[in-house]
Amino acid sequence: MSEERNEEEIRVGVFVCHCGSNIGGVIDCKKLAEEVRNFPDVAYTEDNLYTCSENGLAAIKKAVEEHKLNRVVVASCTPRTHEPLFRECISEAGLNPYLFNFVNIRDQCTWVHMKHPEEAYDKAKDLIKMGAAKAVKLEPLDMIMVNINPAALVIGGGVAGMSAALSLSRQGFKTYIVEKEDKLGGRLNSLHKLFPYDIEATEFVGKIINNVKNAQNLEVITSSRVINIEGFIGNYEVEIDQNGNIRKLEVGAIIVAVGSSLLNPQGLFGYDGIKRITQYELEPKLKNKDLKAKEVVMIQCAGSRNDERPYCSSVCCMTALKNALTIKELNPDIHVTILFRDLYTPGTSYEEYYRKAREQGVLFVKYDEDRMPNVEENQVKVFNEYIGDEMIIAYDLLVLSTPLVANSDNKDLAQLLKVPLEANGFFLEAHVKLRPNDFATDGVYIGGSAKWPVDITETISQGYAAASRASTILSHETIEVEGATSILPEYNKSLCTGCEVCIKVCPYNAIKKNENDEIEIIQALCKGCGLCAATCTNKALVIRHFTDDQILSEIYAYGGE
Amino acid sequence: MEKVSKSALVIGGGIAGIQAALDLADMGIHVDMVEKKPCIGGRMAQLDKTFPTNDCSICILAPKLSECYRHPNITLYSYSEVQKVEGSAGNFSAEILKRARYIKEEECINCGLCVEKCPMRVEDEFDRELRKRRAIYIYYLQGVPAIMTIDKEKCLWFTKNACRICEKTCEREAIDFEQEDQIIKLENIGSIIVATGYSLIEDIDKDVLKNYGYGKFRNVVSALEFERLECASGPQGGHIKRFSDGKTPKKIAFLQCIGSRSDRVEKYCSSICCMYTTKEAMIAYEHDNELESYVFYIDMRAGGKGFQSFLRRGAAEYNIKYIKSKIAQITVDEKENPIIIYEDLDNDKITQLKVDLVVLATCIVPPQGIDNLAEILGIELNDYNFIKTTPFIPVETSKNGVFTCGCVHEPMDIPRSVAEASGAAAKAAEIIRGG
Repeated sequence: MSEERNEEEIRVGVFVCHCGSNIGGVIDCKKLAEEVRNFPDVAYTEDNLYTCSENGLAAIKKAVEEHKLNRVVVASCTPRTHEPLFRECISEAGLNPYLFNFVNIRDQCTWVHMKHPEEAYDKAKDLIKMGAAKAVKLEPLDMIMVNINPAALVIGGGVAGMSAALSLSRQGFKTYIVEKEDKLGGRLNSLHKLFPYDIEATEFVGKIINNVKNAQNLEVITSSRVINIEGFIGNYEVEIDQNGNIRKLEVGAIIVAVGSSLLNPQGLFGYDGIKRITQYELEPKLKNKDLKAKEVVMIQCAGSRNDERPYCSSVCCMTALKNALTIKELNPDIHVTILFRDLYTPGTSYEEYYRKAREQGVLFVKYDEDRMPNVEENQVKVFNEYIGDEMIIAYDLLVLSTPLVANSDNKDLAQLLKVPLEANGFFLEAHVKLRPNDFATDGVYIGGSAKWPVDITETISQGYAAASRASTILSHETIEVEGATSILPEYNKSLCTGCEVCIKVCPYNAIKKNENDEIEIIQALCKGCGLCAATCTNKALVIRHFTDDQILSEIYAYGGE
Repeated sequence: MEKVSKSALVIGGGIAGIQAALDLADMGIHVDMVEKKPCIGGRMAQLDKTFPTNDCSICILAPKLSECYRHPNITLYSYSEVQKVEGSAGNFSAEILKRARYIKEEECINCGLCVEKCPMRVEDEFDRELRKRRAIYIYYLQGVPAIMTIDKEKCLWFTKNACRICEKTCEREAIDFEQEDQIIKLENIGSIIVATGYSLIEDIDKDVLKNYGYGKFRNVVSALEFERLECASGPQGGHIKRFSDGKTPKKIAFLQCIGSRSDRVEKYCSSICCMYTTKEAMIAYEHDNELESYVFYIDMRAGGKGFQSFLRRGAAEYNIKYIKSKIAQITVDEKENPIIIYEDLDNDKITQLKVDLVVLATCIVPPQGIDNLAEILGIELNDYNFIKTTPFIPVETSKNGVFTCGCVHEPMDIPRSVAEASGAAAKAAEIIRGG
């Protein structure tokens, strides 16, 4: 490789993107592109309104051909969303995709220095100078091929997990469901009716459980939990503990569908579990038609949309409406008053349901976060925002609409899967807008309220979605994964002292000692994070695409040697 | 997995259709995608930013457009419509009308020379008629496929038998006035996914917005128009100016539930307006830190991930005031400044607020042409004329083998549309794989 490079003249092309006004509105991209032309080894530059548009990509390909470019730098938004696109583009132009370098002058420059355009311009110029210097040192790399085991593991046997598993098994993939309880069904087993169609939850979930039981290729493992996960996309080895018996499963993809938990209502609005209960405790009473109350008051956002839990649990308003309507159906003379902040009934059928509740005589009183309802023994005092005065409402049953919360053991599972959680403890997807059911880690997917509180309808579509995402991997015999990995080059083997620090720091368990007592890095597992190389006491390990030589060239370009 | 011989038909090339097509294609299933407009991208391409991350919309969409266009398993029929569908789940056939663009697709390189020379100025649909385009045009700047289209209704050659200047300017001889509409027959379709998105109330009935001064006062705009005004590639280059006097607005009123949650127009909630309004106000503030925004609302509906904190940030850092109220009337003063007359629930009084600009969060309605498409596909619509879906399974239509996702069956935001798109793809794949 190095001889080859000596013969070849390095010709870097730099494309400066305006990103509409995101960059172009802060700095002069045209001038920047012209100035950048003077940097060492830069053979061609241009500015584009959107380098990522079909026009921009065509411009890159044209320039590679016409100006014999062999390195391409795009200075624009972020590699998070756009690196694959540009790599593919230069690959189509006949270059190795790793001869592309991304310079982030939007997220890390014009966005953060919007108010200081001159300094932002200078910084963008420096960043490009560094990026171009690194580009000079880039070497072609190959993607790594991995085999795919066409089997899937679904963690969680609620409605999300069952929907995902049913779809995968129907598509012909061997699928396992691991459920910690002794039966399938999850939260639906304890609900009475399901909004907005008011059908019995147990009847509905019973049908799905039946489908699961009759499905081909689908195995259910109840009373069990995942205790260890090894491997990588296409090749996971999962250890299951089923009542003390350890079992090993081999799968190509994993779907997280562990659902959510109920909030412990102790301390909220005088909760006592008898006269002041939660919606979830009301459901079995309604199912058994065991309701003695005449005056029912419900409080929405009980324990949510506050400083501790700043989110809307999104299912509680519809749950309250459903239970209020069920009460009215049992006995229209029972008064039901719902104290709410903002009623959450988006879309067509939910808004219709809200209207129905109003028509059935359910009363709605809006309260404000700053003036919370004051619950006394037999009455609630609430400042009614509509009439601008305090109201006193008598009750003999107070029902709290408490939020769904993240499972307390999400952290353990997240650690096993090496996926992140967000601030409230729910699982964090790869991109909230466009990758709602993926994790950033390839081969692991998510659906249902493990990610965020969602109703049954959305849970089911997300279960299918996770199945689809997994299927895009499982449908192939082999796939290509990232080639910018850590290696112990042959010429560095003598430097390795066998201290094993790299094994300890690797968060992906990608490093081990082989039978010859030598360090070995499992390429498909390595994410190229660089921890091993940074800690290697003898600088024996090399992170490809981020070699010392490449990083130092950036530093020298900025500050001089 | 064995290579399957059945393909999927995806109708609609917005974000939902694109995601469904990409998932299926990545499973190794061939997809024929049909898009009515000259380019794919749908509504998301018209947006400036997306909530709650305020990611630039076209920036995160563009890679998907390219991926869709280049994918070896996807055949894209843009500027096309499904005319006929026969058969049943596992074995549909379809007829596609591929309208003539009068452009040789493989020759056009989108250089734009023809556009410069075209003498015809036409209302630009993509920019909500806030500026003019030419009779030969690319649907939008970053549009895919990146090729020109001649608007037959407006082109001087087709209307007056004169001109043909574009033909003379095109160095690649890509203009073809003799081109004809084509009928393309597709066989062996296992499943169909309908993802034709939504229209807005102002597209079908401008009159219902008259009460709010829309179409009457120049400084009253719809939310999608405002989105285009905020956008750097939009008609004002991202520098918002009001239409009466070109002044930069310092005080904007955002009115929620315009046509939605209404007894007179549509009863349902459009689901996305509370969030996009906050986003639009935030972006406007980023353009001009002296801006004051007032959001007049019934309920703030923010149930999605990160939505509540988005609203809190709006109030705390972007000078947005949320006013729970009923709007009584909008009028203007002699300088065309809109005056909002509303009932303030805090003090129970009828109050007035003079602003520089009013933005209306107008109601999402079923896409134009839905009745016809439903008839072609043999699927049912619901009481609101959206596609009727199976209870609890929002991706299933009334017909086996025909699936749906996104706003064509209910108003929803982008993450939910994308999730449903993948969900619909899974169900479509089940049938194609014989499960």
